[in-house]
Amino acid sequence: MKLSKTFDKALWVFHLNSGSCNACDIEIVAAITPRYDAERFGIKLVGSPRHADVLLFTGPVTKKLKERVLRVYEQTPDPKVVMIVGNCGSTTGVYYDSYAVEGPVDTLLPDDAHIIYVNGCPVRPENLINGVKEAWLYLEKLRGDDK
Amino acid sequence: MSKEDTTYEVPIGPIHPALKEPFMIKFRLDGETIVDADPHPGMNHRGIEFMGMHRNPLKVIPLSERICGICSIVHQHMYTSAVEHAAGIEPTNRARYIRTIMMELERIHSHVLWAGVAAHEIGFDTHLHFTWKIREKVMDLLEDISGNRVNYSMWTVGGVRRDIPPKMYRRDFSPKMYPKIQNTLEYYEKLYGKLEDIFLGDPSIRLRTRNIGILTKKEALELCGVGPTVRASGVKKDVRIDQPYAAYGDLDLDYVIPSRFGYENTGDVFSKTLVRLKEILQSIDLIRQCVKQMPDEDIDSEPKKAALLNKLKKADGEGIGRIEAPRGEALHYVRLKEGLEELDNWKVRASTYNNLATYAPMFLGEQIADIPIIAACIDPCIGCMDRAEIVEINTGEKNSYSHEDLHKLSVRKTKDMLGDEL
Repeated sequence: MKLSKTFDKALWVFHLNSGSCNACDIEIVAAITPRYDAERFGIKLVGSPRHADVLLFTGPVTKKLKERVLRVYEQTPDPKVVMIVGNCGSTTGVYYDSYAVEGPVDTLLPDDAHIIYVNGCPVRPENLINGVKEAWLYLEKLRGDDK
Repeated sequence: MSKEDTTYEVPIGPIHPALKEPFMIKFRLDGETIVDADPHPGMNHRGIEFMGMHRNPLKVIPLSERICGICSIVHQHMYTSAVEHAAGIEPTNRARYIRTIMMELERIHSHVLWAGVAAHEIGFDTHLHFTWKIREKVMDLLEDISGNRVNYSMWTVGGVRRDIPPKMYRRDFSPKMYPKIQNTLEYYEKLYGKLEDIFLGDPSIRLRTRNIGILTKKEALELCGVGPTVRASGVKKDVRIDQPYAAYGDLDLDYVIPSRFGYENTGDVFSKTLVRLKEILQSIDLIRQCVKQMPDEDIDSEPKKAALLNKLKKADGEGIGRIEAPRGEALHYVRLKEGLEELDNWKVRASTYNNLATYAPMFLGEQIADIPIIAACIDPCIGCMDRAEIVEINTGEKNSYSHEDLHKLSVRKTKDMLGDEL
């Protein structure tokens, strides 16, 4: 899919906790507060998936939340990028042998989903900002022109 | 019962940025007034106890801290002390002091974090950014000591894995010789007055927190609430004093209840804020005491981990780890069986589980606009709490308030109240 030129200017992010331990969620908030201040790059946390360009998933996806994860993914307008924050989202990490875990997140999403992995347990705010940079590069590639 | 016809249900959550964690409360409303609150946990259930029963006791330590990322030290400590209790292993004295210092540092970070979240819920985002900025200082110290900002992996059965290096604490010399800890404590002492000005002195915050979400002493005792939530109602309940663990037996501390500081034990959101802020001061004092008294010793009584695993395999018995977490009393139960490498049984009871019951009397009769601040005032931690699987799935999609709407309502209420006053 080709993206419009305006898309990669200011990313609006919806954060969904898909059963994480809170650590990544707290680091996400730390990343938007003064020390790291990701908002200076135009990145903003929004309250509804319908406003978002980027979905942040933290956590290995518990049984009860699987349906919600898919629903939120569908509610987000195209084009969208998914950022999987933390090791447990990308590989289920320390929760690998649980009966209540449905993840990792990428196995649940459609094959054509655009996914960026941000690793760490929990991720550091610096890495999170780096992840957003990766998302931009990715989106530029998606846009097709070489700017 | 014609009244019932006028009530309607508003589900909040499970995906709800106000909560930061998947959790659901169904509110029954009569107009703007809440007549019933019904929490539905289970969204964040990851089956941690089950996984723990399939791993050996040392592998469970990193898992136990991932029960919750804000209280990772709390769960590590409870788990390791439960295993130590079950196997009859004693941590060294120095390890006890290092554990205490880390736990108190975590309490500072947790309470400062809470203050920011509470300010955000009533529409003061400047304060959110201010408190989170000053929180970074203690995060730096925790990182310097343990190597990671969150999920420290510092505990082990029999002690701790990292020492606080002598350069940082040498007590025979001037305080400048342990610069990091001392600097951090001084930084918070200096800023404490400002925090108190903001959260206790500011008239607009007082308007939004006074006489809201009241939990009487009787209700607090009946519902078995724990931690700052019930200390704000005047209940003297603190595991650090009632049943000292780690190094707390050697330290000088007292119950933090509002009446000690010349306030009434009303149990409203204001008193809860007061208790949490005063506990920051208490933590600073406790860390100072620890640094002064810390003995020079090994940090681990069982340095050979293979031998320790063997010992744990042979151990037979049950153990309990109990702690006063920043959110209140919490408990781990561990049973070891002879010849079994894995844990035979592991049970976690986190503080939010008790405190959730106190929601009902606090919410009743309040307005929708007060939901966010009352929900936040027990400092709920769903990651900690969701141990039990409850088979009931939300199907209601009617009258759903989004976070934005709720937040707007809350902010508007602050403005309205200020308008009345000014």
